Amino acid sequence: MTAISAGPIVNSLTTGKLPKGSVWLILVASWVLMGLVFVFVQLAGGTKTFNIVGAIFLGTILFDILIWVLSRLVEGARKAKDRLITSLISTAFVVTLLPLVSLLYTVVSKGFVRMIEPSFFSESMRNILGSDGGIVHAIIGTLEITLSATIISVPIGLLTAVYLVEYGRGPLARTITFLVDVMTGIPSIVAGLFAFALFVLITGNPGYRTGFSGSVALAVLMIPIVVRSSEEMLKLVPNELREASFALGVPKWLTVLKVVFPTSIAGIVTGITLAIARVIGETAPLLVAAGFTASVNYDPFNHPMMTMPVFAYTQYMQQGAIQSDYVNRAWATALTLILIVMVLNIVARLVARIFAPKLGRR
Amino acid sequence: MTTGTAGRITAKMRLGDRVFSTSTIVAGSIILAVLAAVAIFLIAKSIPAITAKPGTLPNAAPNFWVYVGPLVFGTVWAAAIAMIFAVPISIGVALFISHYAPRRIAQVLGYVVDLLAAVPSVVFGLWGVLVLAPALTPFYYWLNANVQWIPLFGGVVDAQGKTVLTVAIVLAVMVLPIMTAICREIFLQAPRLHEEAALALGATRWEMIKMAVLPFARPGIVSAAMLGLGRALGETMAVAIILSPAIVISFMVVTSQNPNTIAGNIALQFAEASGVGLSSLVASGLILFVITFVVNAIARYVVGRRKAFSGAN
Repeated sequence: MTAISAGPIVNSLTTGKLPKGSVWLILVASWVLMGLVFVFVQLAGGTKTFNIVGAIFLGTILFDILIWVLSRLVEGARKAKDRLITSLISTAFVVTLLPLVSLLYTVVSKGFVRMIEPSFFSESMRNILGSDGGIVHAIIGTLEITLSATIISVPIGLLTAVYLVEYGRGPLARTITFLVDVMTGIPSIVAGLFAFALFVLITGNPGYRTGFSGSVALAVLMIPIVVRSSEEMLKLVPNELREASFALGVPKWLTVLKVVFPTSIAGIVTGITLAIARVIGETAPLLVAAGFTASVNYDPFNHPMMTMPVFAYTQYMQQGAIQSDYVNRAWATALTLILIVMVLNIVARLVARIFAPKLGRR
Repeated sequence: MTTGTAGRITAKMRLGDRVFSTSTIVAGSIILAVLAAVAIFLIAKSIPAITAKPGTLPNAAPNFWVYVGPLVFGTVWAAAIAMIFAVPISIGVALFISHYAPRRIAQVLGYVVDLLAAVPSVVFGLWGVLVLAPALTPFYYWLNANVQWIPLFGGVVDAQGKTVLTVAIVLAVMVLPIMTAICREIFLQAPRLHEEAALALGATRWEMIKMAVLPFARPGIVSAAMLGLGRALGETMAVAIILSPAIVISFMVVTSQNPNTIAGNIALQFAEASGVGLSSLVASGLILFVITFVVNAIARYVVGRRKAFSGAN
């Protein structure tokens, strides 16, 4: 073999490997291929519209198979397996994103038009038969119930966290830690049943459903979240700060109030906000404990109270004559709920960032 | 240290200290009281159902256990199918974020997955019944026509797609964020040196993960799966909205005769129930509580066993 004249120079580092960028090429090619398949299916009348989710999903699966076969031919079994797993793991991520994208797209596209109608935030459902009507009663209910659940659970949760971090030793602390774990796992509907059973047995009224009962149910769900997050935040406060305070003769309770709390307040507020965001979308406990109604009810201790998640649920489940009116209201409420939860999440992250204790020296 | 006859120096007990420490103990004890109350009130309310005479229970059940049997089956069945989808996908997504995605965008991807956790369950239910179920129905017909020899896909397909398989898929999506978050944390804690040693010896990325990451993370994965299972068992709204329920024990996943779950049954029946019917719902809730408690206890046991020798938790 005459070395120089014959053929291009072979780079020994890249022989036996798929060329760079070929992975992406194969991926796009398999998407296009599956897209074409679905175009034909659509032209043949198999589906009414172009099924883009199906095309991307099946295209990705096709890619997984193709890359394995090609890599097996060029690069050998071990590398082929590595490529297969890499593509499968990326597929898992894409598969996870599909429902999220589809859900957000659906909620926004179906809910937005109804949500910006003036009636939506200015009317209740009392005496509504047509396509108008709104969620004023549900907003009032959600605000009152979530607020009172927060008022119940924040002091209990925060003080318990202080106990566990600053005072707790021995069997009581261990029991509380264990029970907080148990409480975290209580299914939300069981919390609702508990609040319902509690108030029925106390009042003797078998149909007792009020806003306060709902907020007790939410508080049962909220307390363990508040305890957990505040506990984590209090643990982060450096012990040197406490010791410095004690050394200056400050009593323990003042140390906690004036040194530990201010240092950890950003984290605690973030935790509480996230806890509110978590329970504000709860449907099952409120359906059971607070009931539902079409009218505005300001009184948390008498008569059922509507909340936004329950409103979305009842609009879908108890559809009237013109179904689209009810489903539209359900989607608009869903969009409002998602927006509220997102705002709460953003607020929580902002609080964490802005009010975080200044670390390091200036 | 003390000297002479002075005895131990005791800290001066201030009023503020006493009030503050007592109030923290009271707050802690309230949690004990609340859990005791949950158990007591649920039991008190469910005794009429457990001791009910034949003929008084709903669904013409001769006794409470016959009434609750199909519901327990439905609960476990739907959650089990959900786990079949959720466990591999959540491990994959967690690995993608911890070991595959470029470091710079990994955190953003983590937030995106967490977004799923911020969607209220009732919205998942609406999406499941109005978007996912119609989209899956052609697929169900295909399964029913072509792989009917697998008993799971037999029976008559539900034309609206309101089947236990749709419910299980929605449940899987709902428990994905929590499972992914836990798996991700555990994967990130895998010993860096082991990973680098594996790569230095010529292992591919998958071989490195198989040898260094997965053995380390196995207990974490198990506990993540258990926590996800606990969530899936107790999830109410997705089931109540999507499922077309019947009083059956059936393994077929694409028909309209689906076993209902405990939580879904409570949500559907509660508004109209009274008397023994009501207390049988509460009693079934008690059983759901016991099931999820056992599942969560196993998860905690698995994590706790590991705590002694790892940095996890």
